[in-house]
Amino acid sequence: MTKKPADSKAMRSRIVGSKPPAETARAKLRSTTPDAVSVSLTVNGARHAQAIDPRTTLLDLLREHLDLTGTKKGCDHGQCGACTVLVDGRRINSCLTFAAMYDGAQITTVEGLAKDGALHPVQKAFIDHDAFQCGYCTPGQICSAVGLMAEGRARTADEIRELMSGNICRCGAYTNIIAAIQQAMERS
Amino acid sequence: MIGFQYARAADVADAVRRMIGDPTAKLVAGGTNLIDLMKMDVERPTTVIDINRLPLTEVEEIAGGGLRIGALVRNTDLAYHPAVEKRYPVLASAIMAGASPQLRNMASTGGNLLQRTRCHYFYDTVTPCNKREPGSGCSAIDGHNRMHAILGASDACIAVHPSDMCVALALLDAEVRVAGVSGERMIAFADFHRLPGDTPQRDTNLGADEIITSVELPPRGFASNYTYLKIRDRLSYAFALVSVAVGLDLDGGIITEGRCALGGVAHKPWRDHEAEAVLRGQPADAATFARAAEMLLRGAQGYAHNAFKIELARRCILRAFAQAARGTPQSQSSKKIV
Repeated sequence: MTKKPADSKAMRSRIVGSKPPAETARAKLRSTTPDAVSVSLTVNGARHAQAIDPRTTLLDLLREHLDLTGTKKGCDHGQCGACTVLVDGRRINSCLTFAAMYDGAQITTVEGLAKDGALHPVQKAFIDHDAFQCGYCTPGQICSAVGLMAEGRARTADEIRELMSGNICRCGAYTNIIAAIQQAMERS
Repeated sequence: MIGFQYARAADVADAVRRMIGDPTAKLVAGGTNLIDLMKMDVERPTTVIDINRLPLTEVEEIAGGGLRIGALVRNTDLAYHPAVEKRYPVLASAIMAGASPQLRNMASTGGNLLQRTRCHYFYDTVTPCNKREPGSGCSAIDGHNRMHAILGASDACIAVHPSDMCVALALLDAEVRVAGVSGERMIAFADFHRLPGDTPQRDTNLGADEIITSVELPPRGFASNYTYLKIRDRLSYAFALVSVAVGLDLDGGIITEGRCALGGVAHKPWRDHEAEAVLRGQPADAATFARAAEMLLRGAQGYAHNAFKIELARRCILRAFAQAARGTPQSQSSKKIV
C-alpha cells in the first residue's frame, strides 16, 4: 500500500479548484495502527492459523501469505470475478472481503479442485472446449462454474450466461466457457 | 485503506454499544460495498465491527401472513427462498437483476439498504462531492451525469440510489426494524431513504446508534401480476439506467390495487401515491397506464447527459405495466423484453 503525504489531499483539491479540506477532513486522514487479528482458516483441506492486519483481504491472504497464487487479482473491486473462490461451498469475490470475517471457514481455491491427481470435471471441460485464451480469468471462471453447479439453478445456456455474469473474460472466450460448463453439467 | 481496529459484535446490544462508543465505526456484514469504498478512501472507519455472527439470518413467517427477513440473510438466499419465490416474486426478480452471483452470495439484506450511490464523483476523492464532503460542491450537475437522477434531486446532489432489491421492497410497502440505544422501532420503507435536499451526506433516516435487524413484508405480494424491468448499458451485471417494479391486483380486468416503484432515477426508490391513485378502479389498459406514467414523471428534470432517461422511463413504465397486466413478468435470464 502506498503511503500518501499528509497534505496530498489538499494539493489535489487545489488542482481541481475545490476548497481545501476542513480541519475535520484533515484529521480523518490520520490512520490508526491496527491491532493484528487472529484468523484460522481451512484452505483446500489444510488448516492455517495466522495473525494478520485486519485490512488483509481473503484474496491477499491466499496469495501473499499462503502462496496460493492460483486465485487471481484482477480489478480488486468485485467487478471482474478473477478472485472467485468457494467459501463453505459458495462462490464469492475474495477481494471484497476481509479474511478476518471468515474465521473458521472452509475455503476452496482452484488449487483444491483436483482430487487424487484427477482434474475436476469443470477443469477437464475447460481444456476439452479450449475455454480460455490468456488464462488469467480461468481460475475464477472455474471456481464460479463449480459454485454455479452446486447452486443447481442454471439449466439453459441463457441461464448459465446470466449466472456467470460475475466473471469477465477480456479475451472473449465466452462461447467456449458456456460449452465447457454445459459439458460439466451433463457429466455430473 | 487507512488502518482500523477490527471487532466482532457478540450480539445486537453489543453492536449498538460499540457504535455509541466510536462515532467513526462502521458495521460490516457482506462488505461488498463498504470494503470497496474503504479501498477507494471514501469510507475511512477507525473501527470495523463485524456483525456476521449475530443471529439475524432467518426468514420467518409473521402473524397475519407477512414475512420477516433477518438483516443478515444473503441476497441469494432471499431470492431463492421458497416463500419469496412463491409469494413475493417481484422481490426475487429484482434481487436477481442486481449485481453478480458472487456478490449476491455475500451481500446482506440490511447492507443492501445501506449501500451508497455509485456516482463517479462520490467515488473520486479528488473531485468535489457534497455527499462525500459536505459543502464542497456537486461535480455531477455540470459533469458526466448520464447515470444520474431525473426525479427528486437538489442543487446539492443528483446521485441515485443503486439498489434493485430496494425498488421491490418499496413496491411491497416493506418495513425496516431497527435497534438502537432506546430500543427497537419500525421505519416504513418510504421513510427509510431520504431525498438529498441540502444534506446529501445522509442517505437514510437510520440513527447513528441504530442497526437494522430485519426487513418485514406485509402479506400483499402481487404474486400473479408483477414485473421487474431493468434497463442498463449491458445485459447483465450493471446498474440500472431505469428500472421499474410493478404490482397489480386485478378483478376482471379492473385494477383494484396498482403500484409502481422506479429505480435508477432518484436518490431513493421512487413511489408516487397520486399516480397510483389514478390506477384504482380503472381498466388495466394502455390508456390507464399512460395516465399513470405521465403522473409519475410530471416533475422529471434532465441534465446535459441524462435527459434521455425521462422518455426511457416513460416507455419502461408502460412496458412494465403491460407485462404485469398480462401476467408475463420480465425474465432475468432470457433478456428478451416482451
